[in-house]
Amino acid sequence: MSMDLRTITIQPLRQTFGHLARRMGADKPASRYMEATMDLQPMENYHYRPTWDPSHDIFDPKRSRITMKDWYALKDPRQFFYGAWTLARGRMQETASADFDMADELGLATGYPAEGKKVVNEVLLPLRHVAWGSNINNSYIAAYSYGIAISQATAYACMDQLGIAQFITRLGISLDEIDALAEAKQAWLAAPVWQGLRHYVEDQMVMEDWFELFVAQNFALEGLLYPLIYDKLNDRLNAAHGPVLTMLTRFQREWFAENVKWVDAVLKAAAADNPANKALLAEWIAAARQRSVEVLAPVAELAFGAEGAAVLDEVVQQLNARAAKAGIPV
Amino acid sequence: MDMKVSKKLGLKERYTMMTRDLAWDTTFQPMDKVFPQVGYEGIKIHDWDQWEDPFRLTMDAYWKYQAEKERKLYAILDAFNQNNGHLSVTDARYMNVLKLFLGSTPPLELMAARGFSMVARQMVGAGPRVACMMQSVDEYRHFQTQIHSISNYNRFYNGMDEFAHQQSRMWYLSDGKSFFDDAITAGPFEFMVAIGFAFEYVLTNILFVPFISGAAYNGDMAAMTVGFSAQSDEARHMTLGLECIKFMLEQDPDNLPIVQRWIDKWTWRGTRKLASVGMMMDYMLPKRIMSFKEAWEIYFEQNGSALFNDLARYGVKVPKCFAQTIEEKEHITHQSWIGFYMKPDACPFHTWIPAPDELDWLSEKYPNTFDKYYRPVLEHFDKQEKAGNRFNNKTQPMNCQVCVSTIKFNEPGDPMEMCFRETVYKGEKFHFCSDHCKEIFEDEPEKYVQTFISSHAALQGKCEPEGTDVNAHDYRPGARMHAYWRMDKRASGDFNGSEDQKNFAQWRDQATKN
Repeated sequence: MSMDLRTITIQPLRQTFGHLARRMGADKPASRYMEATMDLQPMENYHYRPTWDPSHDIFDPKRSRITMKDWYALKDPRQFFYGAWTLARGRMQETASADFDMADELGLATGYPAEGKKVVNEVLLPLRHVAWGSNINNSYIAAYSYGIAISQATAYACMDQLGIAQFITRLGISLDEIDALAEAKQAWLAAPVWQGLRHYVEDQMVMEDWFELFVAQNFALEGLLYPLIYDKLNDRLNAAHGPVLTMLTRFQREWFAENVKWVDAVLKAAAADNPANKALLAEWIAAARQRSVEVLAPVAELAFGAEGAAVLDEVVQQLNARAAKAGIPV
Repeated sequence: MDMKVSKKLGLKERYTMMTRDLAWDTTFQPMDKVFPQVGYEGIKIHDWDQWEDPFRLTMDAYWKYQAEKERKLYAILDAFNQNNGHLSVTDARYMNVLKLFLGSTPPLELMAARGFSMVARQMVGAGPRVACMMQSVDEYRHFQTQIHSISNYNRFYNGMDEFAHQQSRMWYLSDGKSFFDDAITAGPFEFMVAIGFAFEYVLTNILFVPFISGAAYNGDMAAMTVGFSAQSDEARHMTLGLECIKFMLEQDPDNLPIVQRWIDKWTWRGTRKLASVGMMMDYMLPKRIMSFKEAWEIYFEQNGSALFNDLARYGVKVPKCFAQTIEEKEHITHQSWIGFYMKPDACPFHTWIPAPDELDWLSEKYPNTFDKYYRPVLEHFDKQEKAGNRFNNKTQPMNCQVCVSTIKFNEPGDPMEMCFRETVYKGEKFHFCSDHCKEIFEDEPEKYVQTFISSHAALQGKCEPEGTDVNAHDYRPGARMHAYWRMDKRASGDFNGSEDQKNFAQWRDQATKN
């Protein structure tokens, strides 16, 4: 049953802003995502060239080799403007924090078996630095990319990665392994098993083409690392020691499942724009995948022993499937 | 038995683990290649660890607080819109405040969002990087909530619908654009002084308080809620700007002259930018909060003096322009409003001659200047308007090469004389509104020769709607400016007789009478 509540109706003069009506091809109401995103970045009549990069405009599509007829085709299927993003993350952190509280309260974390802790300390804790690298790299894309569609989504990804680095740190603190966090940092800086990955992360920090960096960081490296650790290794540790680790890594798992939808949509839109993009993306993906596999191989071996190579191969197949679905031959 | 003793982390220690302990000095790539911009401005930083975090907010807490604020804010916006809240504002002239705000503010918040992303990428220390990236996403919040709060007004009133198109084309928005373009094209430290310190700390109250209090005083719950909701973000931004200044000054004595020059430059540039905010306070708000002069006295003269006293221990002096702004506070809002009134064909908002009681309010608030210099001009215009001879200045303005405002301010010490300055650089003459702008130019001429001045560019055929053939034999430069701006003529000219005025009156009757 519905009630017939009345409000005063006034006929509006228009439904939306001019730039959105032209984009939609009709004067009709636009979503808050569109209002917050589309056509907002200045594109003309810049006053000055950057003193830090005089060969480009402040915002300049030539900062990437990718070309787009419409940069706002790089839409976010999650429709994250700030409000939607922060509400989604607010909910995720609430659940994750409740899990941490429960694990702390019941002693599940401190009581996690020593063999399990050893794996967490050696394999998971150093990843807080990888997340920090991703934070830096996404802030580069947020800064120098073209159009608000991609710049805002990467600004949020940048904060997400800071959050993930902090959730991994919190994992160490919960397990009562503060010293292990220091050891993990030492391992990240010096242990041979991590140097390949650190080398790659640092190489990414000096990549100039922001779209290439997007492919390397957000698609290839994270596309292999997250399934490897938060699915495969998590399953293995759960089988041995109960599901505590699933609780304490919940944020990362939920985040990744959601984030791939956006990453894949961006690649798909860029590949669909023109054949040169598609070829370039295929080339970038192949290179980044190869390098990622090389540098993750020792980490996979550390985590899975002799089966490391086979597990890594499984997640490579997943990545290839994602690329194919985005219309990029690999 | 395991005898390990649990370590308890203090708040500061825990925050350090959560932020700067994540960072490392790169070795496979040299640090100066990873962070290439921190050196070229001449600022010397010896120890990034000395950075004191101005606030300690981990991401879980950030998301929690911000989500709560967003939930409340959008619930209020929805309710306000559903209930035709736009009809509860004091009178329809208030819509013109929103037009001025929508054109000038969200586009600049967007530049702040991008600029802070850039600084967040370039700072070497993890402390400032985290604070800057947080400010970057906050600035996304601000331009988006501002657009969302005004979106419903746009459905009912003219002159707001093309703000995105006009942000880079409309002549009077060029001063704000040049302000942020200038900051974002400078290096990371100058950006922090320009936006983080001069704008967000020294001048923010004069931007923020008038618009938000103006909304509250005039029944605009949408804009008011956006403003109040942004307050705690702004408090964080202010502490970041101040910490950045202190950090630079504590790191090396050689930084002082550079920082001082930036403080002088950006306080002046900000002051020029705020002339239109002052005009809004004194002329456009139907229900006034206070005069611009009073706001300037509280927020700049008193609070600013206290701030610069506090910074004196680092050797920082009050900005060079301090005395001139005090003299100008009694003039600039009147000069600005008269300037806009004289251009009825060229702005997407309405102007009007203040009502008699409003003229009296101005006399009371500006006892030294209003009756002597400005009331006679306004009364003359009023008489001419009523006689069917409305003043309309159809000429191109002369703009300052630095701040891009139209040259209309008076000679210091002589309100009856307009202030012009000029300089010759590489054989070409450049014009300025003031000594301060001239000095800014002379410090960095290669930068400021680039300024995009639409009154010049239009005559060069660079301001034409898409598809114009500038080589056609009958081409007349600037003849199609309205199309170039996408300006709705219903939105311009006099408020009296406007469609906004008629619609508001009719809709309010519909909502309040049977």
